[in-house]
Amino acid sequence: MVFLRNIVMVTLCALSLPNSYAALTIEVTGGTESAMPVAVVPFAATAVPVDISGIVNADLERSGYFKMMAQQAMQSRPSSASEVNFKEWQTLVQDYLVVGRVDNNGGQYDVQFQLLDVNKSGQLLGYKMSSSTNDLRRTAHHISDLIFEKLTGKKGVFSGRIAYITSNGRQNHQLQVADVDGFNPQTIASSPEPLMSPAWSPDGKRVAYVSFERHSAAIYIQTLATGQRERVAEFPGINGAPAWSPDGTRLALTLSKDGNPDIFILNLASRSLLKLSKSTAIDTEPVWSPDGSAIVFTSDRGGKPQLYMASSQGGNEKRITFSGDYNARASFSPDGRSLAMVHGNGGNYRIAVMDMASRGISVLTSGPSDESPSFAPNGSMILYASKKGGTGFLSAVSVDGKMQQKLMFSNGEVREPAWSP
Amino acid sequence: MKLNNSVLILAISTLLLTACADTEDKDPSLLDGSQAGTGIGDASTNGLNNGTGINGSEMGGSGMYGSGDGASSLGPEFSDPNNPLSKRTIYFMLDSFQIQQDFVPVIAAHSQYLLANPSQHITLEGHGDERGSREYNIALGEQRAKSVASIMKIQGVSDSQIGIVSYGEEKPAAFGNDESAWELNRRVEINYQGR
Repeated sequence: MVFLRNIVMVTLCALSLPNSYAALTIEVTGGTESAMPVAVVPFAATAVPVDISGIVNADLERSGYFKMMAQQAMQSRPSSASEVNFKEWQTLVQDYLVVGRVDNNGGQYDVQFQLLDVNKSGQLLGYKMSSSTNDLRRTAHHISDLIFEKLTGKKGVFSGRIAYITSNGRQNHQLQVADVDGFNPQTIASSPEPLMSPAWSPDGKRVAYVSFERHSAAIYIQTLATGQRERVAEFPGINGAPAWSPDGTRLALTLSKDGNPDIFILNLASRSLLKLSKSTAIDTEPVWSPDGSAIVFTSDRGGKPQLYMASSQGGNEKRITFSGDYNARASFSPDGRSLAMVHGNGGNYRIAVMDMASRGISVLTSGPSDESPSFAPNGSMILYASKKGGTGFLSAVSVDGKMQQKLMFSNGEVREPAWSP
Repeated sequence: MKLNNSVLILAISTLLLTACADTEDKDPSLLDGSQAGTGIGDASTNGLNNGTGINGSEMGGSGMYGSGDGASSLGPEFSDPNNPLSKRTIYFMLDSFQIQQDFVPVIAAHSQYLLANPSQHITLEGHGDERGSREYNIALGEQRAKSVASIMKIQGVSDSQIGIVSYGEEKPAAFGNDESAWELNRRVEINYQGR
């Protein structure tokens, strides 16, 4: 009897696996011409449940900065610098080499790796870390971050997370959080009514979102670690588009309680509301400039949706987009120098970035239904939602538009991605 | 019977969660932290690292698609195709909340019915097509619902009989990525509630 029950449990777990581990495949197109050749040698490992060097290889490849060497072309498989014949890798025209090993140490894993400069025959990085079984993927992403930062001078973003909305049919809506490579998706809220507009708190510990679970819109703030949440706005009409202030103390949002959609600032401690925009048109989709001084939002006060900027104290409203017949859903780069947006022209909706100094716009994607841009925390890529054949999926594009990657989920529609800080 | 099913699903989900949690992660504070929503209609929520959790505990959901919720309990005039009351969806042009001429008699018929039945209550549900940004479409859907509401109020319907909610592009009537789907999705649904 006990035996039978164990079998049932194993079967149930196996059934749940595809859902939690193999949710998506990733397709990379394009790449920068100056991509650096890097070889990640498969780490020496026995009975390790996670392919750490494989994850590192995939992370670096997806970034678009590197040209990864195929395993089959490798003539040797060193696992430490002392085993490396640098001449051999110079002949294979590799600039950098990653070697390492994983050892099972009584349930824990000791992971060590070295990043080597092939031409200088020397070490650039060397680390030894300890990881539990559950943290092996995270450890791999951490290694990718270290290598990326060493070779590009930019902070790596492989250890981050993405939040997004997914739907399976009409009455199954979920807010999920996954690793940046799409693995380990976890549902943090689910409802038979729509969920919308996830927004990370600046400390990455909470997510604000819109839920229609009570058959009208309300804004919730949920703490990720516990799943506990609080309803912070449920006024008559629209409660939408939450955006955290950079210091995490306030939420900009859209309320239509006074008759038409306006931008408000909600102080989370005192619950006081400041009405920011007072036009009689639609004002929505507020975002904060990274220094907290300004709010950019979408307004159709000029007839069509365009982006406007105001002081976050109120006042000083001015239009900032003039090309294209539809500019909406802005997202600031972390340095505040550029602004991503949905840029519509003749019914084709694409992702564009505007240089805040020159106000010049560059279109990065091909459309026709691209939306919800979100910058990576290092500013190198923009994650967005796209549609093909009726199914929504997530894509990412480098800020120069040269590298595209498509995150294809195996079932259901996926939309409104938000990259964690 | 329905209840039995729900209990069974809940039990299996819990088993699944427990069984899998045993073989994986361990932090009891995370497992305990799961705060399922309370009350009918609440979403269920989960702590991170807490498995996939228990889904859709809601019973008696809205099902407010297509022709209106509760309309079957209304009089026969609501199902007579020759009666304008049988039409409970108002359609709109792209990026517009103007009422088109064709729908004026439909709105007028509902206004008359509401005037004659002052205890009757409706929800005007505004919707949009998938193009453009989602929160902007929420705003547009609300303007569409308000256009219908303002005509009804001019025709004498009491404010207290009309509720408004906008779902933007979140609840399409038709799936598809062309005008034949979009034109069906730019709409306001008149949903009757109560008896």
